[in-house]
Amino acid sequence: MVNSGPTAPRVGILAVQGDVGAHAGVLEALGCEATEVLREKDLDGLEGLILPGGESTTISRGIERLRLAGPIRSFAASGGRILGTCAGAILLAREVENHPVACLGLLDVVAVRNAYGTQVDSFATRPDPGGAPELADLDLVFIRAPRLRRPGPGIEVLLRHEGWPVLVREGRIWAATFHPELRGDSRVHRRWLGEALSG
Amino acid sequence: MREQQAGSGSGRTTAEAFEIKVGLAEMLKGGVIMDVTTPEQARIAEDAGAAAVMALERVPADIRREGGVARMASIEVIEAIQRAVSIPVMAKCRIGHVAEARVLEALGVDFIDESEVLTPADDAHHIDKHPFRSPFVCGARNLGEAMRRIGEGAAMIRTKGEAGSGNIVEAVRHLRAVTGEIRSLAASPPEELMARARDLGAPYELVRQVARSGRLPVPNFAAGGIATPADAALCMALGAEAVFVGSGIFKSEDPAARARAVVRATTHWKDPEEVLAASRGLGSAMPGIEMETLAEHERLAKRGW
Repeated sequence: MVNSGPTAPRVGILAVQGDVGAHAGVLEALGCEATEVLREKDLDGLEGLILPGGESTTISRGIERLRLAGPIRSFAASGGRILGTCAGAILLAREVENHPVACLGLLDVVAVRNAYGTQVDSFATRPDPGGAPELADLDLVFIRAPRLRRPGPGIEVLLRHEGWPVLVREGRIWAATFHPELRGDSRVHRRWLGEALSG
Repeated sequence: MREQQAGSGSGRTTAEAFEIKVGLAEMLKGGVIMDVTTPEQARIAEDAGAAAVMALERVPADIRREGGVARMASIEVIEAIQRAVSIPVMAKCRIGHVAEARVLEALGVDFIDESEVLTPADDAHHIDKHPFRSPFVCGARNLGEAMRRIGEGAAMIRTKGEAGSGNIVEAVRHLRAVTGEIRSLAASPPEELMARARDLGAPYELVRQVARSGRLPVPNFAAGGIATPADAALCMALGAEAVFVGSGIFKSEDPAARARAVVRATTHWKDPEEVLAASRGLGSAMPGIEMETLAEHERLAKRGW
């Protein structure tokens, strides 16, 4: 992966399975160094970690086999930024309502998998009015997407669609049920990385 | 049932519809898609970490052995598998059989494989895939064939390989053909691209796009003959972005262990230690077939054009 200067922030992407390359493209457009994470040591020195889109059962099996749940939780506890998109959002949740997978429990929401149906029900749209103003015209691409329910008091909802939270944060942990990495629009990644980009 | 009419693609613009279809293919990257014939097999595949399953009535090795006309799987088989798992469920229709494809779309399958493994319904034309809401995957032996299928609306390309053979040689040939032809296109000056489009039998605009970007506009997966973790790692090393395993899992001695092993080798294809660990203790692989022993009419990859 390319396009990194000596001071470029290093951002890891969990590379068990999923659209790792799409996230790497966005990160590189922002001047970050994108690296693949498959081992505990791969988390060293990262400004942030992305849990990409993909299949949440596949990725959760990989996290178990590689014993990465503990190290990822430690990364979060030590102030590391984490962004989960779609499958990644499911993995960050405190629990999954249907078709359970082993969650990391880093975000105080409940995930509902395949909440909109199968692939023929996948769609693209715009967020409800009243969300984060600088993201008001963001294209939201939902692919076999989950819904997030019962957000805890620490959850800030940045964007909604038809009333459902679709972009949320709890401190430095962010989750999107859509795919901000697919349209080449770097605004969500930019906001998530915040001062790590300018510093 | 959904309010959209099957095969109509209503409610999406063409470009947006295509993007949404390719989006699911993107999500399957780095994963293993496994052929299954029962809900029990589907659950074994999901538990092992498969990124999707292909619902079939018979795996290719059995289709090859038993002969006869191979058609879309029965509705009951597909529905039982859809109920059994939460990962995407794909299903195959015959080449050119638009009515089978519409049935699969109405069933809400996540991906339709217009597949040479089934007996072709049309020996001259493939399905016009653009009007569908369901994404399609199609097999290809070379870049021209891949581009013709993309031109018709396929959202994912896979090698044809030689399904049900347990022999990786054809998948390797097809992967090398596609990647080699892409490299050659990317090195061609613009004035040569029309002649290349003519020689490839491919749409000119796609030829220009691939020459510019150096890659297909849709994900490129491997299929046909993958039987071991090392086979999967080989395909990834040759540029495949994910792998389909057909008969290789459930025609082996220990399907659950082999399924986990192929998933592991696909994730860690760059790491020989991991592929080694994945290759231990699997029992015997499916029996394989030497290409020379297959008569021309027994070669599934020759179906379609």
